[in-house]
Amino acid sequence: MRSADRPLSPHLQIYRWQLTSVMSILHRATGIALSAGTILLVWWLVAAASGPEAFEGAQDFLGSWIGLLLLFGWTVSLFYHLCNGVRHLVWDTGHALDLESTYLGGWVVAGATAALTLVAWIAGIARWVS
Amino acid sequence: MRSPIGRAIGLGSAKEGVQHWWAQRLTAIALVPLCLWFVASIIAIVGADLETVQNWIGQPLPAILLVLLLVATFYHLSLGLVVVVEDYVHTELAKLGLVIAVRLLSFGFAVAGIFAVLSIALGSAS
Repeated sequence: MRSADRPLSPHLQIYRWQLTSVMSILHRATGIALSAGTILLVWWLVAAASGPEAFEGAQDFLGSWIGLLLLFGWTVSLFYHLCNGVRHLVWDTGHALDLESTYLGGWVVAGATAALTLVAWIAGIARWVS
Repeated sequence: MRSPIGRAIGLGSAKEGVQHWWAQRLTAIALVPLCLWFVASIIAIVGADLETVQNWIGQPLPAILLVLLLVATFYHLSLGLVVVVEDYVHTELAKLGLVIAVRLLSFGFAVAGIFAVLSIALGSAS
């Protein structure tokens, strides 16, 4: 059997995911997404420094549905990476490393991410329509 | 198996890593308040025109915090992305190329962002 044909372990089709491993993978995924998102931030800053035409172009893109979708994904990623990053910093002090605490911390991070994203977008939309 | 002197100096076989680990944590701690401030500030200027945005960036405190945000963000992400590359890319040439790209691009974007903030704050933007 060629090495590429060998069965994978863990067997991904029947593998039962755990909150802890999913959150670990998401931490890395959101980190990569946020890195890509910084291009948007720098573009917006450079546009603001370049003058009305460039700024209008950047604002139009950010206000389009694809721009808003990217901004929403960026917000979720940022709050997730931030909250889970704090969870990592707590672990670095040697605390909350037992199984029960890692699961509890995981759910707290998931809840905090949802709450912060919701608050940010409600505040943003309220600001937009006013 | 580590010798007593190796244990005392704290070096593993890689002879480095503490600096990377520490810089990642330091920038992470800095980014917690900076990111929260940034999101709150952006919400406050949603839909604003160029003049309002320039006036906001031009004030001393937002300008300073934006520069700090850019420095911490790009330092933090270059450390993180290098680890990702080292974990998944196993061809030496591709790994080297990607690590160089991550380092140079993150440095370049950081300089571009900082320059934009400073040119607005110091009044040379149009």
